[in-house]
Amino acid sequence: MATFWTKEVPATILVAALLIWIMPMIVGTFTLTVLVIYGMLGFSLGLIWGFGGILCFGQAAFFGLGAYTYAIAAINIGDSTIPMLLAILVPAAFAALLGAMMFYGRLTDVYLGVITLVVTLILFKFISSTAGPEYVIGKARLGGFNGIPGFQTLNVPGRPNDYIYGDPYFYFCAILLIIVYLLVSWLLKSSFGRVAIGIRENEVRVALMGYDVSARKTVLFSIGAAIAGLAGALFANWGEIVTPNLFSLGQSAEIIIWCIVGGLGTRIGPIVGAAGLAYLKFLLGQQSMIDNTLLTGIILVLFVLFLPKGLVPAIGSLWKVSFGRRRRFPRHGVRRLRGRSVGHG
Amino acid sequence: MACVAFAAGVSGMAETVLETAGLTMRFGGVVASDNVDFKLKAGELRCLIGPNGAGKSTFFKCITGLLTPTSGQVFMRGYETTGWNPHQVAGLGVGIKTQVPNLMDGLDVFENIWMAARRFLSMPDAMRKASEVIERLALGPIARTELGRLAHGERQRVELGLVVAADPWLVLLDEPAAGMSADDVERMSTIIREMTRTAAVVIVEHDMQFIRSIASTVTVFHQGAVLMEDHVDRVMADPTVRNVYLGKKA
Repeated sequence: MATFWTKEVPATILVAALLIWIMPMIVGTFTLTVLVIYGMLGFSLGLIWGFGGILCFGQAAFFGLGAYTYAIAAINIGDSTIPMLLAILVPAAFAALLGAMMFYGRLTDVYLGVITLVVTLILFKFISSTAGPEYVIGKARLGGFNGIPGFQTLNVPGRPNDYIYGDPYFYFCAILLIIVYLLVSWLLKSSFGRVAIGIRENEVRVALMGYDVSARKTVLFSIGAAIAGLAGALFANWGEIVTPNLFSLGQSAEIIIWCIVGGLGTRIGPIVGAAGLAYLKFLLGQQSMIDNTLLTGIILVLFVLFLPKGLVPAIGSLWKVSFGRRRRFPRHGVRRLRGRSVGHG
Repeated sequence: MACVAFAAGVSGMAETVLETAGLTMRFGGVVASDNVDFKLKAGELRCLIGPNGAGKSTFFKCITGLLTPTSGQVFMRGYETTGWNPHQVAGLGVGIKTQVPNLMDGLDVFENIWMAARRFLSMPDAMRKASEVIERLALGPIARTELGRLAHGERQRVELGLVVAADPWLVLLDEPAAGMSADDVERMSTIIREMTRTAAVVIVEHDMQFIRSIASTVTVFHQGAVLMEDHVDRVMADPTVRNVYLGKKA
């Protein structure tokens, strides 16, 4: 914990600041912004799947819920500050309910995947069918498949006419991602985070140690949804429109692929995977030779076959082999020591 | 709750810490546990033996909350714990080791033991406790090794470490000596004897040599019910027991 504040936080901020400075020279900030937002979305699943062992097929549901909450609240309220907060709270509350139902019901992995998938589908179908004028929340029409355009975008708190857009919006999103990253890093170093990792490793054991596994999983699930919701609100501001496609199965599947390619069980992996694959998709979208989804599929298959742990762990172990010092005892050394200690055991 | 438990522990050494009344568990038509009345006093060491399918493990799972009994009741230090979840039972201060090794394979020995201690202690106290347990169980050289890389005997020892780290007043162990070498079994019985200084211990076990080495009172299960209950030497001399259990070996 001590090295977290003195080493990890400054190092993270330094690297992030360098990236924020250099990247706009290579890629336009408009594209970069969405890469950062996808990074945050990938990070949200990376947290609950990679560290909590909860494979959620419906992370897009929380993403879309965050975006819609923002859009609807922004139309009704005007100023963007409270809608931003609501976009975090509503998906978190929804996930807490859904999670409590699943985790107290002791659902195992496969059923968990099915339920989250179905919830995404239901939301997608429901939102798509709200074209009629009777679907109104306050002043906001849900708009069915056309979505909701024309809501108040991000402004300086309390000053609805000072919009944050363009380059400043990119910096805003990037800084939010850094803050979320640091908060999650701190969470994972705390007792709660360490027990969450224990639950990922062996749920029964953690329960037998006296921890309430269902409650802890529900909380973690809800935190993941809050981050996805925030990403959704940022996405709504970036696109200036929200459509049911945010809830689509394709979106959900993509988030899972980001995590696998980037590296599950690492913090930076899902962010790198998300930004990298989304940028690739953007580049490929400018040509029509190869189909986009086909290529994403090929990349996934190649990674599962040749780099099953993902990009970041692979680079990490390469780094260790080339430059790292070996910290562990060599195995034969352990045996020797153990042999000696048998006498007073 | 810990305070109440502590006070109760001091007040009377002969107090009953674990009791079941008419505990019955049915799986469809099979009666795995049949009307078991069981009593355990504070500081007692008790072994549950019996042939395969005698209902030892089912009884064990009903006490620990891994199974909910079909009928009957379980009491622990005055609480009725029938139908509680395992985490609630463990939260009372009951240390549990299951038959199948249950450990966090991706984490190292220290992290495993720390987590068990952290449930009942503050962060710095848990760190201290974990180091202390590691020293006591001679796990020092492998403290930073992942559980997945350890040998079976070491893993069993770490799992006992998890139990010890929580300072339980009741310890429930399902086959702690299974598949261990003679050296490891010897070490295991030392640890268990040490445990009995502060806790009542229930052990489900097959290994008669191990049971003799810890020389305790034995409850014999047969077809889901309790056949007899006595000191290990008298139980082994009993013709009925020899018939249902030991007779099969000879």
